[in-house]
Amino acid sequence: MKATAHKTDWGSVAGPVAGVFILLAEVLLAASLCSAASGPAIPSIFKPESTPADSIYGLSVLVLAITGLIFVIVFGLIAYAVIKFRRRSDDGPEPPQVYGSNQIEIAWTVIPVLIVLVLFMATARVIHAIQDARKPDGAIEVTVIGHQFWWEFRYPELGVVTANELHVPVSDPSRPTPTFLKLLSADTDHSFWVPRLAGKTDLIPNRVNNMWIDPHETGVYVGQCAQYCGMQHAKMLLRVYVDSREQFDQWVQEEKKSAQSRDAVNEGRRIFETTACVNCHTVSGTVADGRFGPDLTHLMSRDTIASGATPNTPENLKTWIQDPDSIKPGSLMPAMKLNDHDLDALTAYLETLR
Amino acid sequence: MASETIALSVVNHGTRPIGDRLHDWVVTVDHKKLGILYILYALMFLVIGGIEATIMRIQLIVPHNHFVSPQVFNRMFTMHGTTMIFFVVMPVLFGFANYLVPLMIGARDMAFPRLNAFSFWLMALGGFLLYFSFLGGSGLYGAGNAPDVGWWAYAPLTSRAFSPGHSSDYWTLALLVSGFGSIGTAINIIATILCMRCPGMTLGKMPLLAWLNLVMAGMVILAMSPLTAAQIMLSIDRYLGGHFFDTQAGGSATIWMHFFWIFGHPEVYVLVIPAFAFASEIIPVFSRKPIFGYPVMVAATVCIGFVSMSVWAHHMFTIGMNSYANSFFAITTMAVGVPTGIKIFNWIGTMWGGKIDFKTPMLFCIGFLFQFLIAGLTGIMLGTAPFDWQLSGSYFVVAHFHYMIVGGILFALFAAFYYWYPKITGRMLNESLGKLHFWLLLIGFHLTFDVMHIPGLLGMPRRIYTYEPGRGWEVWNLITTIGTFIQGIAILLFVANLIFSYWKGPKAGNDPWDAWTLEWSVSSPPPPYNFASIPTVASRRPLWDIKHPEDPDWKYE
Repeated sequence: MKATAHKTDWGSVAGPVAGVFILLAEVLLAASLCSAASGPAIPSIFKPESTPADSIYGLSVLVLAITGLIFVIVFGLIAYAVIKFRRRSDDGPEPPQVYGSNQIEIAWTVIPVLIVLVLFMATARVIHAIQDARKPDGAIEVTVIGHQFWWEFRYPELGVVTANELHVPVSDPSRPTPTFLKLLSADTDHSFWVPRLAGKTDLIPNRVNNMWIDPHETGVYVGQCAQYCGMQHAKMLLRVYVDSREQFDQWVQEEKKSAQSRDAVNEGRRIFETTACVNCHTVSGTVADGRFGPDLTHLMSRDTIASGATPNTPENLKTWIQDPDSIKPGSLMPAMKLNDHDLDALTAYLETLR
Repeated sequence: MASETIALSVVNHGTRPIGDRLHDWVVTVDHKKLGILYILYALMFLVIGGIEATIMRIQLIVPHNHFVSPQVFNRMFTMHGTTMIFFVVMPVLFGFANYLVPLMIGARDMAFPRLNAFSFWLMALGGFLLYFSFLGGSGLYGAGNAPDVGWWAYAPLTSRAFSPGHSSDYWTLALLVSGFGSIGTAINIIATILCMRCPGMTLGKMPLLAWLNLVMAGMVILAMSPLTAAQIMLSIDRYLGGHFFDTQAGGSATIWMHFFWIFGHPEVYVLVIPAFAFASEIIPVFSRKPIFGYPVMVAATVCIGFVSMSVWAHHMFTIGMNSYANSFFAITTMAVGVPTGIKIFNWIGTMWGGKIDFKTPMLFCIGFLFQFLIAGLTGIMLGTAPFDWQLSGSYFVVAHFHYMIVGGILFALFAAFYYWYPKITGRMLNESLGKLHFWLLLIGFHLTFDVMHIPGLLGMPRRIYTYEPGRGWEVWNLITTIGTFIQGIAILLFVANLIFSYWKGPKAGNDPWDAWTLEWSVSSPPPPYNFASIPTVASRRPLWDIKHPEDPDWKYE
């Protein structure tokens, strides 16, 4: 027994130490992969493209540096103690019995207090900079209303209503045109999260929340609902289109128009206006003025349907109308159960809603 | 052979018919038997909760997987969270507290033995009510309708409009009933520790385990009461036409959040402080030194108890509180890091200059220290409110609190199992199986939860039953799922070890670890009523004084 004791101890020590170094390597690898993951489709919080996300990124680097340093020091102490003070043989006397030291206790109380103060001041600064930012002239205002399980976007000053795909103008730092979002909920809690543009803010019934973004680069930024809101929380996806100023103004002009009616699709339009569709959906310029579902006036201007669950193609539209559960089980859109002829006519009509 | 018969006769009362023996367990008011009941009950739910976690991980192994439906997934995460917090970790910690506190303070039982039994059976009823929802959630005619509102059950998802049927009611009743049980146990622990200590054991000479459980019990009373009140308010909303949380009638969703988290955050410390208690007993014994800075450890724990009562809204940084409230909860959250850090330093101080013996309990304690350190540091990150606006509700948070609960609390719990199993059963757990259990769990744990931070940083929210391909999340989810299976195997090894060693393990004797607290002075398992004559102590380590009469502790305390 005693002859092997020494060996066993070494095994027990080498194991944790090796394990832990593998871990460290793993963490470093993961961190590098994280920062390498830079594809536009990857909503990484470390690739900020808007001031709030950028300030958070700056703070997170500071916090990661400080906590990383603490980790290295404390982990070093643990590893040193474990290796240096392992039992080398079974038969020695007990080690010196030490009960504590007030000087050491004071040292390892005061130093963490100072670290906390530094972290707090950096944190308070960023909280204030983001939350108490003044709304400049020329800011775009959007009311975001969360629904089970889709997003309603209303631009009260521009007279535009759309869903699931938010369009905002790019903001030039020298002449900022940020977008201020007013967040409401029609039913349960939701949370607006587009990681590359800003941190998340919840949409809570009976409560008005606010947040803002000022994207510096044009492009599409993805995100999704980040507060559990019911069965289809997972497919309450979110896309933000950051347009150049000209594109944005043009988009607004298009969106402000009423739906164009074409004789060729009159049959589909009749079906739309005489079935349950109109109870939930709006098509401006027609009798359809429901607000329970997304506004369809410019349905075909959107790349996706079902809150980003599937691309906006005629095939997917048909599937969605006939059997929404096959795309998004638990969606509140009812299965319309039309016959093939009516379905084709209805889809043809919807495809003219540009 | 003779001692084996004696040991068994203590547990089983000899060869009486099995029906009588089971009856004894049901009507028992003995703190040791109730402790064992708590622990076995928790182990059963640990396996159930683990299966629920595995179902979720299989669903998330690839994007757009169809292993389970969204409803089932949502029920799984609700049941997994509720089960693990209320019916695994709390009962197992209460079980150890029940078993150990009277033994360690030299008492013959808890202060209120019948309240003790009542509390256990209330908690047991709570767990069974929760699981009965699988049958009765739709009023018995529909199957498979467990609650799907998440373990924090935010309003208004729990209102009748969004949660028809009875599944949410089972959740509410389960927590209400087990909450009463927890409060009963907490009162009992406080009364026992304050009133039943043996002669000579002043508050300053109590084992740290007793101190930490005292703080824990105080926090249970303060934290459980708002949760219990909120459950009653929710039931009033659902059945008596109240509108506390019914937003469609002008109620407030945020009031529920406040009620829940003023329970929910202290709850984290309710769970972790007993884990600290285990580490504070085990690390000294296997380092062969007394705990470093005993008074500071006590002060730090009391400090954590107080400060943790004022941090709850850091779970709510994203609900749109104003900048002053956010700043307040950011600094209180970071402030908790100070006493917590002091504890880590004192454990290192205890190992420093010792002769560390790497038996399985100590291995688990070192794992606990290392993982608790990381969990604390990610906690600081989450406490910086703006960083939390990105991380909150993402997989980073899921990874963080599993680091705390699995990497910290569960590792400390396993240390406690390996350390006190010989006292409870009279048999040692198999050491080789124990080491294998440790290494497998360590590997599985790190594969799962180290990697799980990353999809959070890449924008993956929690509680989604599926995700889109092409967002950089696939590989991390795959590795996480693989790690889950390794952890599952490790847990099964542990259960096998528990069963195997009960009959085949080597005899433990009274004091297999050469330890210093009073429970090791009596036989293993301890006789009914623990102490033939009540001991008298002169220091924090009474058995050290007996073993080292030339250099007793009381000279220095």
